[in-house]
Amino acid sequence: MVSQFSNRDQDDSHGNGSLDQSAAHEAEQPLGEELAKGWRTIVPAALAAVPLGLALGVLVVQMGLQWWWAPILSAVVFAGSMEFLLLGLISAVTPLPQVALSALLVNFRHSFYALSFPLEQVHGFGWKLYGTFALTDEAYAVSATPDSHRWSRARIIGLEASFHLCWVACVTGGALLGTLIPPSVKGLDFAATALFVVLGIEGYKAQRSIPVPIVALVCALIGALVSPSNMLVISMALFVCFLIGSYYVRKHKSLGENGRESKENNS
Amino acid sequence: MTNGYILAAILVTAAVTWALRGLPFVMLAPLRNSSLLHYIGEAMPVGVMFVLAAYTLRNTETSLAAIGSVTIALAVTVGVHLWKGNSLLSIFAGTGVYVVLASTVL
Repeated sequence: MVSQFSNRDQDDSHGNGSLDQSAAHEAEQPLGEELAKGWRTIVPAALAAVPLGLALGVLVVQMGLQWWWAPILSAVVFAGSMEFLLLGLISAVTPLPQVALSALLVNFRHSFYALSFPLEQVHGFGWKLYGTFALTDEAYAVSATPDSHRWSRARIIGLEASFHLCWVACVTGGALLGTLIPPSVKGLDFAATALFVVLGIEGYKAQRSIPVPIVALVCALIGALVSPSNMLVISMALFVCFLIGSYYVRKHKSLGENGRESKENNS
Repeated sequence: MTNGYILAAILVTAAVTWALRGLPFVMLAPLRNSSLLHYIGEAMPVGVMFVLAAYTLRNTETSLAAIGSVTIALAVTVGVHLWKGNSLLSIFAGTGVYVVLASTVL
């Protein structure tokens, strides 16, 4: 037992030692090394985004936009699933307030990324602005480790910027390829539908709440029946109302249960 | 669909997205403490994605061929995804099937 403990102590001290060393090492790293580290951090996510970016680019052209809108769209919006949706909204000439509301609802999840993203490591107001601008799902996912709060600014900005460049390049490449696809090939816009279905299934796997997808589909159906041109806003508003309502019902229930429990404890 | 409109739509979307990404850093405390916001944040993505999927299909024609093609492509997407769990594979399989059906049958 004693030897085991002492072994562990040695391991711990060794671990701390190497940590300190690596932290000191990181501080000494030249800028290029840190940028390369950022790139290596994001590379798996960037590879996964390549086919999606190409598909989005193809869609830009298929929706009747000039190919050069692809780099503008992908660089300025820089939010994958919203870009797919935005193409549909643009081709339907959706009023701008409705576009804004759609963006708010689709990207609402991003407002929670602030809770764990290591922005405090990104010194300087301008860099912080870019750090938040490029805070995509992917950047959040790869930096959602406790370790990231010791990363350098160059590494964080490096991973965001390299993903940004990669995304713009892929979407632009897709748009140029898209100009080569003959008009007899139809139905590529189904990629957006398939993307949302897959994201929905993935979300469901994490959440495991059976009513939520069903309620969402009912909301969508009501929206489509009430007013097809305002479907998105109506269905999303209904769905958010349902969520707020179900939150208070749950809270009420759990309060009731707690009350009962405390009564039982008292008796 | 003028260039001015397209640019405006892109800028509006970018502004809202950036605000959602940046503003919470300025007001982290209330965000951390609101259990309602946490609940909405957790439950919303699932529902939003299904609403969006339905939205993208809103202009489907009410013919047997059109509805049949969409149904088959959806079944392939969901089926491949539940089978393999690879998002890209599912998207490309579903889209591929739909493109073949839409280009030949419809």
